[in-house]
Order: sequence, then structure tokens, then C-alpha cells
Amino acid sequence: MHGGLAQQVVEQAFNALFNGSVWALIAVGYSMVYGVLKLINFAHGEVFMVGAFVGYLAVVELHWPWMAGLGLAMVACPLLALLIERAAYRPLRAAPRLAALITAIGVSLLLQNLAIRIFSAEPKGYPRLLSDSALRLVIIGTAIACTVALHEVVHRTQVGTAIRAVSHDREAAALMGINVNRIVAIAFVLGSAAAGVAGVLYGMYYNVEPLMGFRPGLYAFVAAVLGGIGSVRGAAVGGLALGILLVAASSIAIPLGGEAALELSKYKTTITFLVLTAALLFRPAGLLGRGQVQKL
Amino acid sequence: MSGPTRYRIALVALLLTALVAVGGCPPSAAPKEPVSPAVPPPPSKTKATSGPEESTGSGLSGLATAQFAPNVPDIKVGAYLALSGPQATFGQSTRKAIELAADEINAAGGIGSKQITLIVKDDRSRKEDAASCVRMLIDQDKVDAILGEVASSNSLAAAPLCQEAGVPMITPSSTNPRVTQVGDCIFRVCFIDDFQGEVMARFVRNTLQAQKAAILTDLANDYSVGLGKRFREVFTELGGQIVAGDTSYAEGDKDFSGPLTKIAAADPDVLFVPGYYTDVALVAKQARTHGLRATICGGDGYDSSKLVELAGEAANGLYFSDHCWKGDPSPTVRNFYQAYQAKHGAEPDALAALGYDAMYVLAHAFARAGSTDKAAVRDALAGTREFAGVTGTFSIDAQRNAKKAAVVLTIKDGAQALAETIPAD
Repeated sequence: MHGGLAQQVVEQAFNALFNGSVWALIAVGYSMVYGVLKLINFAHGEVFMVGAFVGYLAVVELHWPWMAGLGLAMVACPLLALLIERAAYRPLRAAPRLAALITAIGVSLLLQNLAIRIFSAEPKGYPRLLSDSALRLVIIGTAIACTVALHEVVHRTQVGTAIRAVSHDREAAALMGINVNRIVAIAFVLGSAAAGVAGVLYGMYYNVEPLMGFRPGLYAFVAAVLGGIGSVRGAAVGGLALGILLVAASSIAIPLGGEAALELSKYKTTITFLVLTAALLFRPAGLLGRGQVQKL
Repeated sequence: MSGPTRYRIALVALLLTALVAVGGCPPSAAPKEPVSPAVPPPPSKTKATSGPEESTGSGLSGLATAQFAPNVPDIKVGAYLALSGPQATFGQSTRKAIELAADEINAAGGIGSKQITLIVKDDRSRKEDAASCVRMLIDQDKVDAILGEVASSNSLAAAPLCQEAGVPMITPSSTNPRVTQVGDCIFRVCFIDDFQGEVMARFVRNTLQAQKAAILTDLANDYSVGLGKRFREVFTELGGQIVAGDTSYAEGDKDFSGPLTKIAAADPDVLFVPGYYTDVALVAKQARTHGLRATICGGDGYDSSKLVELAGEAANGLYFSDHCWKGDPSPTVRNFYQAYQAKHGAEPDALAALGYDAMYVLAHAFARAGSTDKAAVRDALAGTREFAGVTGTFSIDAQRNAKKAAVVLTIKDGAQALAETIPAD
């Protein structure tokens, strides 16, 4: 046997950490936007996708080094996010939340189909720039660095205090002299920069295609909710938890005696979402969330 | 209800009705418009008067001069293919080859001096779209026969519609046995997975000398499930051992780290992945990262010009079964290769070759039927014998499948190379 059970568990844990890192990077964006706007930015997965394409074009068409592509995505994605915020969400700030939610879905579909039109739905691959093992370490390292950095920003800087104030009570923050529009923009920028980075790295490891944002976006959203939406730490913990869940569900086989075994991989999506539902039943505010007391 | 509101409701209702009419929900009980002309078709030439050794026609010979019912303006052939989406190279190759064939036939005088009109629809690699494309081809475009699809799941979705409408359908490349079992109007010009699975199992056991194999199937994909099952059957029959249980993924999954780590722990000699090139490329790339030393093998779903781009170096050393080899020196293959290359500026793959053969088989069926009467064409198709095509010489058997040879290809230095040829069993 190549490596015993212990080694397998260690390797699977690493796989979980790796997957979780990608989702954590994207989940941070969901958390920040939800924090300041109480809006689930469904278009966030597409910002991730655009980041991947920007990186792809920089490397394959402009022949830039991959880190330059990363830098470009970190500029392009916030710009895109700001555009979406200005054009689609700001006008609806006073409208019922459902309107903004549906608009978010609309923007998501718009971006997906625009990308299909421009690039065709076929997946595209990067040339080999970095070995896959190195890339995995880069992704994990980047996720840790980004989440820690963002956490510090939110909790140790003045801007961060303003962000937390706006998430707590938007009107009160405005009355305190905080420029709410500016803070919302900053929240979008921070979250989208992380998503852009995730997009480029994800694209380098797997491939790049217009619909690539759908599933990671969904999983990242689940991770954000699982960890406690609105908090950066929650996004990280949620990402890790979801990573563990999915890797376990895709590889565990429950022995049924003799040769037969129940392969959980057949039901991995079902299992993952069942566990998620159960977790939320017991901790509706997420693993790290605290129920907010409504003072009337 | 106030006045203005009533008008608004009426306007919306009118708009919706107009949308529905334009969107073209076909009426479910469409009367079958007889396509055959007033002149009764000539006596059926479809009974196989030729014995098993005699060909019922190949290439361009006999097409332009066939006797054809005079009132028919042209012959409408519909095709539903994946021109976009994850399996786009399958559909694009097949489409280009079908067009090449149709253009060649038309330029040489058509079938009985009737031109072929080709109507191609994109099903975006999705089976729901496959069904609706075929619905449109049958009801709106009123085609006489249909070519498609490559992916077995899509063929299975559309075949019942063709069967119900009595429209003959030829799938150029779907290998799942269930496709032709849908009904007597459904044909194929390729081998089936019962054969393909056996080919690979034997190759893996005998040529690659593998003792242990693991299988990774795409559960959402009929082709993958069927081929994987057959491989498992034959491999164990031949004395091989299947390890790491029954791992699977769902189409669209990009991360295979869980299953691959598990498979790597069982240390198989071969990993059989009967999937499509987009998924296989990712599996191949990730396999090395997870310490898998096994050779990765699969079926004709690997045949795509994009496989090497998507998998990079990991593509080298893959083995897969396929329908034909583009380096084949026979004149039929070389002529096809050159014609395709000249017209489309790219090398044809096996799927293109099958699309080309499918169009010619259909053309000869039309020629023998002498009309566009669907029942006559269906019978003519069933009577196809010793058709000499690019993918070999074959006949359509009683199950409406074709018994053909297979090749095992490999990727060497980023290009396809021939590993072995297996004659039709």
C-alpha cells in the first residue's frame, strides 16, 4: 500500500485545506458586501471569473509573467465590482431587498453570457508556469495572507472601524459622519481584489471558462454562511469546514462487509448540503456567528 | 377592476401570447405532413438483394445517377451537435466533416440530381437542448433524416423523439448500446461500448500488463457509466483486480483531489477514466500532484485537439481507444484527410471521420430508397452492407450498430500516435 491510512488522512487534510482556501478567498467578498449592504452579491462568482480571464489574457496574449497577471486582476476586479455597485446596487439601496437580490442574479447571468459571447464556452488552459504542487502552496499561502490581512484591516484600522460601523447600523454610521457610499465602495474593492486573486490562481491550476464562477461562487457563499456571514474569520473557517466536508464526502467509502462498500462520492453534493442544513439548524448564525440581539 | 388596469392586463396577455407563438412551442399534435410526393416511390430497392459480401454503395459512386422521385425539391438533412459548451470540439469536428461530405455530394450532382440541404443546430453540449433541437428539426424544419449526436447522453435524449416521429436518425459517434435500442429508426455507424470496453480492458491487461486498475467514472454521463462497467467486467474476467472501490465524480467537477488521493493509496497500475476530454485533462494534471504513478486510460471521449492544451505535459502517456487513426496510409483515409485539411485548415479527428461516413451512409440510403419517404430510407439504412468508409468497411447489423475495428491511440510529445489496432471482434 502506498502510504498507510495516516498518510492518506494527512493528504486528504491538505486537499481540504487547498479547496477551502479557494472558497475562503471568494467567501471573504460575500461576507464584506453582506456586512455593509446586507445583500448577497450573487455576481461575485462572476467577478472571480473575470479575474481568471484577465489573468489568462495577460499571460497568454500579452505574455506577461503570471504575477503581473495577478496584479492586473487585482485592479480589474475591483473596477468591475465598483461598476456593478454603482450601476446595479446603489440605485436600489432604498428598494426592498428582493429587488437588489434579483438584480444581483441578473448581473451574474449577464456577465456569464457576455463571457460566452466573447470567449466561447470552451475551457482554456494556461501554459505551464508553475508546478502544480508549488501552485497549491501558493494558493493556500495567499488565502491565509489575504484573510489575515483583511481581518487586520477590518479590526485594526480606522477604515475597518467605519466598515464595522456601517455593518452594524448604516443610518447611525451616516449620522456619525461616515461617508457610507465610500465605505461600501471600499468593501466591494477589498472583497473583489481577493476574488480576482483567487480567480487567477484557480485558472492556473484548473482551467478558465465563462461558467467557472458558478460552482465556486455557490460553494463560497455556502462557506460564508456556514462560518458566519459578515465576518472575515467566519469566511475562512467556513471555507475550511466546507473543504473538509467535500473532500471527505468525495473519498470515503463505508465498508459494508466483504467486498461491498458504500461509496459516498456518489452522493457528495447531497451529503454536503445536508450537513450544511443541519449545521445551520443548530447554529443559524454560522459556526462563528453570534445571534444579533434586536434591541427594540 | 379600474379601466387602465384592465387594458394593461390585456396588453400583457397579448404580449405573452405573441411571445409564445413566436417562441415556437410546437403544437403537440402536429399532423404528419407527408413528405413523399404524389408519385409513388419506385419499388423498394431496400431489401438486401446484395449478399453480405456485396457492397450497397460507397463514396460518390451511384449517388448522382440514382433514380429519385421527381417532385421532391431537395433532401433535407438535420444535424444536432455540440457546437459550444464543454464538448464543443466533438460537435465542431463532426459538423465540419458532415458539411464536407454534403458539399462533395452536392458538387458531384447530389443524390439523383437532388441537392442536400443541411440544417445544423447547436445543442450546447446539453441533453435538454439536444431534445429541443431535434424537436425543432422535426417539426419546424421538417427534415427527412437526422444526424447526431456525439455524446451518448444527448443521443439518448433525442432518439425517442426521432423514433416517435419515424424520422431516421444516425448517430455518428455515440457508443452507448442503449442508443440504438430506442427503436428501429435509430442507427449508428460506430462500434458500441460493449466492444470498446473490452478493447481497452484487453489492452490494459495484455499489452500494458496491468494487474491492478482503478476506475473513475462520471456518474452523470451515460457513456462513462456504461464504458466503465464494461471495462470492469472484462478486466476482472481476464484476471485483473479492480482497486479503490467505485470512485466517481460529476461532470463539471474540477477538483479530483479527494478521489485521486484515495486511488493513489491503492497504487493501481492503471487508472481507467472513461470520460470526456475536458474532465480527463484535469484528472491527468492532478494525478501526478497526488502521487499517482498509474497510466491513465480511457475511450474515444479523449479524442480532441484540445486535450493536450488543457492537460499540458500530463497528456503524454495517456492511452485511449478510438474509431480510426488519422495517420492510416489507406487512400480513402488520406483523401479524406487532405480534403478536410484543405477545407478547414485543421486535422480531422475520429469524430470527423465518423461524421463524414455517417453522411455518406445516409446519402446511399436515400439513393437506394429513391425518395425521401422516411420508412423507405429507414429500410435502406438497415440494409447497408459493406460500406467502405474512412473509418473502415462495415455493415449495419440487425441491432442497427456497426461492427468495426478499433485502434488504441496514445499521446506522445503532445501529439496523437498509434499504439495498437484491434480488428472487429
